[in-house]
Amino acid sequence: MSSVLYDAQGPRAKRRNILYTVLFVLVAAAVVWWVYDGLASKHQLDWIKWKPFFTSSQPWETFIWPGFQNTIKAAFFALIIALPLGALFGIGRLSEHRWMRVPSAVVVEFFRAIPVLILMVIANQAYSEYTELDPETRLLYAVITGLVLYNASVLAEIVRAGILTLPSGQTDAAKAIGMRKGQTMLFVLLPQAVTAMLPAIVSQVVVIVKDTALGGAVLSFPELLASVRPMAANYGANTIACFTIIAVIYIALNFTLTSFASWLEQRLRRAKKSTGAVVGTGPGGDLETIGAPSLNIDDGRAV
Amino acid sequence: MFDFLDGYDLLGAFWVTVQLTVYSALGSLIWGTLLAGMKVSPVPLMRGFATGYVNVVRNIPLTVIIVFSSLGLYSTLNISLGASDITDVNFRLAVLALSAYTAAFVCEALRSGINTVPVGQAEAARALGLSFTQVLRLIILPQAFRSVVNPLSNVLIALTKNTTVASAIGVMEASYLMKGMIENEAQLILISAVFAFGFIVLTLPTGLILGWVSKKVAVKR
Repeated sequence: MSSVLYDAQGPRAKRRNILYTVLFVLVAAAVVWWVYDGLASKHQLDWIKWKPFFTSSQPWETFIWPGFQNTIKAAFFALIIALPLGALFGIGRLSEHRWMRVPSAVVVEFFRAIPVLILMVIANQAYSEYTELDPETRLLYAVITGLVLYNASVLAEIVRAGILTLPSGQTDAAKAIGMRKGQTMLFVLLPQAVTAMLPAIVSQVVVIVKDTALGGAVLSFPELLASVRPMAANYGANTIACFTIIAVIYIALNFTLTSFASWLEQRLRRAKKSTGAVVGTGPGGDLETIGAPSLNIDDGRAV
Repeated sequence: MFDFLDGYDLLGAFWVTVQLTVYSALGSLIWGTLLAGMKVSPVPLMRGFATGYVNVVRNIPLTVIIVFSSLGLYSTLNISLGASDITDVNFRLAVLALSAYTAAFVCEALRSGINTVPVGQAEAARALGLSFTQVLRLIILPQAFRSVVNPLSNVLIALTKNTTVASAIGVMEASYLMKGMIENEAQLILISAVFAFGFIVLTLPTGLILGWVSKKVAVKR
């Protein structure tokens, strides 16, 4: 169990580690007790505040499930619109023609530099000024628009990085058998790049799911986070309980996706048939790259 | 053409954005480094804590954390972080929430930086008799920091944009002002352009400068 940083431990190191463990437990226990005391003195831990979630299905049916549905709806539509758009702009940035390359790059860099929240607010206002949408649809559209504009540009970078990871021999071989540029991209490069990009795309879904919460907090789009306020008001100011339940749902959903992404990444790295190139999911998921494609491009040597 | 800006404190709002970014960046750098140290430490419990923290925090939307800091910490538990008026309270809560969230990403970036240091260096350091803390502090972290300038600059850019979420709890930064402005003025496109430009001015140089720094300080191997 030794690592780069420390050797297999001898008796003294083991004793020291036990000491550190005890100290850490003491500090952690102090923090936990402080939190518990704070919560208890505000009556947030009383069973009455938590009871609704465990004894009846009413809060789930009235508040959580509709909110969850809206979250999923917004995230799903944002993803299926952003994916092809991102692929288009990603390929556009790799084009040999300046008139395609430059505008694609400008659009991608522009929408990556602007906060999603601002895009959503602008989209919402634009829809209310220039269209006749009823408010409920308008909010959904505004949230999806904001998410699409931002995530399409991030996905464009992922697509570009994915195609750039492929060995140049692939293009040469395709040229040698007389394929045109479009054919090379469609039949040789893209299918291979898609497997390399899959983990990064799955991690981007986590970012999309997380960003739907902006719609609830800023535009009052009725998604999962927005269900906290009415729920807390309805069950006697059980704010902490409501937030806990909501947070657990988000964590469960996103943790599943994150784990799936890293499983996929490891599996693809081990796969013998592919080129072994994988666009890494990066340290965080919602980290942007400005300028060079520094999305962890791996040449497959590292395991 | 720009007379719709009269009566709005545009620079003041962006100044709040910058302040939020700087304070949260410092907070998350300190907490993130501690977490990274725990994550590679020989004490299993600390490793477990750091792993758990990163996995939990990065899977919760930042918006939930920030709204919780206002509704949960302040309104319910009366934690005001030593501030007396509501503007200060919201600002400090936003810094706390942004730091807690961003630290998870700083930790992940640093840990990947630690992996770039060749094994031989740590082995050599241990052969000289340095302890874990000394190896980490004198040999590994200085090199790790130099190799993660680029990922960290991405975290910083994401943080700059994430500060807009603080408007959800009433911190009067740029996006808060914009929301008010486009509701009151009939200048949607111009106002959007001004704020988009503002954020590009904040984020683009960060990326360019830190990209240059990262090339300059990178350890050539």
